[in-house]
Amino acid sequence: MPRAFLIGAVPTALFLLAALLSLAWTPHDVEALQISARLLPPGGDYLLGTDQFGRDLLSMLMVGARTSIAVALVAVGIGMGLGVPLGLAAAATRGSLLDEIIMRGNDLIFAFPSLVIAILITAVFGPSAVNAILAIGIFNIPVFARVARGGALSLWTLDYVRAARVAGKGSVRISAEHILPNIANLLIVQATIQFSLGILAEAALSYVGLGAQPPTPSWGRMLAEAQTMIYTAPRLALLPGLAIVAMVLGLNLMGDGLRDMLDPRLRRVRA
Amino acid sequence: MLRYLLGRLLSLSLSLAAASLVIFLVIEVIPGDPASYMLGLNATEETVAALRADLGLDGTRTERYFDWVGGMLTGDFGTSYTYRVPVAELVADRLWVSLPLAAIALLLSTALAFPLGTLAAATRGRVTDYGIMGATQLGIAVPNFWFAMLLVLVFAITLQWFSAGGFPGWSDPLAALKALTLPAVALALPQASILARVMRSALLDTLGQDYIRTARAKGLSRRQAVLRHALRNALIPALTIIGLQFSFLLAGAIIIENVFFLPGLGRLIFQGITQRDLIVVESVTMLLVFAVILVTFLVDIAYAAVDPRLRTR
Repeated sequence: MPRAFLIGAVPTALFLLAALLSLAWTPHDVEALQISARLLPPGGDYLLGTDQFGRDLLSMLMVGARTSIAVALVAVGIGMGLGVPLGLAAAATRGSLLDEIIMRGNDLIFAFPSLVIAILITAVFGPSAVNAILAIGIFNIPVFARVARGGALSLWTLDYVRAARVAGKGSVRISAEHILPNIANLLIVQATIQFSLGILAEAALSYVGLGAQPPTPSWGRMLAEAQTMIYTAPRLALLPGLAIVAMVLGLNLMGDGLRDMLDPRLRRVRA
Repeated sequence: MLRYLLGRLLSLSLSLAAASLVIFLVIEVIPGDPASYMLGLNATEETVAALRADLGLDGTRTERYFDWVGGMLTGDFGTSYTYRVPVAELVADRLWVSLPLAAIALLLSTALAFPLGTLAAATRGRVTDYGIMGATQLGIAVPNFWFAMLLVLVFAITLQWFSAGGFPGWSDPLAALKALTLPAVALALPQASILARVMRSALLDTLGQDYIRTARAKGLSRRQAVLRHALRNALIPALTIIGLQFSFLLAGAIIIENVFFLPGLGRLIFQGITQRDLIVVESVTMLLVFAVILVTFLVDIAYAAVDPRLRTR
């Protein structure tokens, strides 16, 4: 297994476990404000200390991991669930009107500065984690459509696909049974990349107040709340940021490793 | 070339039309009527209706769409509900912050990425290469607003070299540039990391080409071959990314302007959203999208001019 994959898997697995664990248990209640315990330094009862409201930082980071991962994961799901069938359909009908419409629609979404539209969407429908998911997910659709179409196009010219055609299989069946399994590698690698971009996007949205709403902790909002405290307690701004960096870095390394492992020919797909 | 140009122009206009329709429809969905919002709870229905007419909110949906698009084509972006001044004026003011910010960030990121990417490619597989690639991997993973906070912590609070935010205006150009320095650095870092990686892989691709071997056989040193032949050809993918980055820089600027309290377009959109100043949100978003589509268009044209093979795509 490539070293990059293994190195990246460590922080990723750690945060996944923390997120899962937070469903059942956190060291302290993340919603309980305890002014008597405000701004405690790390150590003792609070492993990473407390924030200006007396909330346990470690517990908040754990629940924050859950928020980030959930938002990014569902957004990737939306992108794959809609983008891949669109891309497969475009490839199967290459050069047709359908292909043209799908690809131009993709170009259109690409033309929008994604964060601007994400801000617009969350502003229109009200800030919430669900709307953040939608906003991030929409921009994943053209990415997966493009990757799926690109991978599928070259497969359609191969002999075994022609053989399937001759055997009487329709485009839908060929796409599902022969094309999809063969572009799965590409899609998995892209999914890791979009996952890490989703974590960053969620952090940015919740930082400007358009992601998960209080009292649900999220890494981005922890940073926003820490900003005014940066002089007195820089730790509050450092830890959530480090968590984001570690998670994104881990996912990117895993993506690189996976790409090398699954198909060395794909080294140049990522730009 | 002319045919290619016309084709691209047609697709540019179609994209713009589609984008304007999407933005208009998204804004239309926003619940709440700006007129009654502005006048408060005690307003009578007549005053609300009068203000609606005044703001041009009384037509049908289709009428309002064409009013808006037609206005923009003639440089009339509507009148802000809250500021009571033309949106074009607001935008012009803010552009003097956002454009220089994006431009400085783009310059910084290019100035950093080109030498770093070239150096990494030239030292492929050695410690320098690994060091640069590791640093860019980290640069991509750092959220720019967090990096901005770190910069404030180090350079504004601890060292006190810069102010932590705000913008003094261009009457004192040096002070203005100083205020834009930290935000531009924060914006440039992730972009520089991506660009350096693209530059490296593009260079490695061209270095494997036959014409480089020919150049070396002709007696050019490795350095000469890289600088004279490989670099030029590697610029094409690098230029695409620079074009794409413009869109990221604009979006990133929205967040960064909020970190540093800079009165740019991003802050304008945010204020527009919170104050329900929809015409501001609508027109500024359209302008940003227009800028992105235009840059993509220009990059396409620039390629076709440089590389005739691309015209027949």
